[in-house]
Amino acid sequence: MNKFLLLPLVLFIGLVAFLLVGLRRDPHEVPSPLINKPAPDFKLSQLREPNKTFSPQEMRGKVWVLNFWGTWCVACREEHPLLLEYSKTGAVPIYGVDYKDDRAKAMQMLDEEGDPYVLSASDPDGRVSIDYGVYGAPESYLIDRDGVIRFKQIGPITPAVWQKEILPRAKQLSQ
Amino acid sequence: MKYVVIIILVFLCLAGAIAAKEATPNEDPKIEQRMKALTEQLRCLVCQNETLADSRADLAEDLRRQIREQIRAGKSDREIIAFLTERYGDFVLYNPPVKRTTYLLWFGPFVLLIAGTGVLYRYLKQRRELISDQPLTADERKRAEAILRGEIG
Repeated sequence: MNKFLLLPLVLFIGLVAFLLVGLRRDPHEVPSPLINKPAPDFKLSQLREPNKTFSPQEMRGKVWVLNFWGTWCVACREEHPLLLEYSKTGAVPIYGVDYKDDRAKAMQMLDEEGDPYVLSASDPDGRVSIDYGVYGAPESYLIDRDGVIRFKQIGPITPAVWQKEILPRAKQLSQ
Repeated sequence: MKYVVIIILVFLCLAGAIAAKEATPNEDPKIEQRMKALTEQLRCLVCQNETLADSRADLAEDLRRQIREQIRAGKSDREIIAFLTERYGDFVLYNPPVKRTTYLLWFGPFVLLIAGTGVLYRYLKQRRELISDQPLTADERKRAEAILRGEIG
């Protein structure tokens, strides 16, 4: 038998393998170029106390999570109770950036549904969010003691992501 | 029927509002032209099959605003594109750069073309050998003539 007759079969198996991998990926998850790069610096006014500012510089020496959220963002609302749970454990401090949002609405939501954030900063025109490459809130960044981004989660931090991706990394980075 | 008319009117009003939001009459046409040329090469991350120029997503609008500002600040196209790829990666480029991770993308088709040509060449050569006329040996000729005469069944 001509061995070339097997070629279409081999090509087909290759195609199926590519599709198996490719179709299971979420095309909306674009790998961030910011991983292992310094977290972009900013100075934003705090959500609850607008005359105070917050800057990632203040977090030097700590391992922390920066979470971009907004009251307009449905997935953020889904994530909210989970964040509350995570913050209660006190494992990693969670800071928020309220992204393109109305201050009053944001504070009202935090008062009514609970506030998982040590503090939230307000990014009304989304400039800081663009610096962080945010394109689909919620997005969360795990930042190490030297201010370097170590992990990015696009979309809600599911319990699996918290347990398997964030906690082990945070533990390792805190050592 | 009345409701249908009302609904259509409401939609028409909304369309007007959206158009008004999008139009930027006080922008410098030169800046707009450069911005448009630039954003047509860039992908919107929210609706991934749209260019940044066409997308109506909020993020695209914000990015266009920042690109306008950078053009006004005298940044080159290269610097503006670098601004975006630093944040969102090469994924935003419809025309990705040639580097190690994109070799397969850029050169894969040519490799396939060359490999395909090679396979085709070999196949044609084999085929020609198969169908080429080879003169019969004296024995074969005798047998063939015998068959033609009907001596052998």
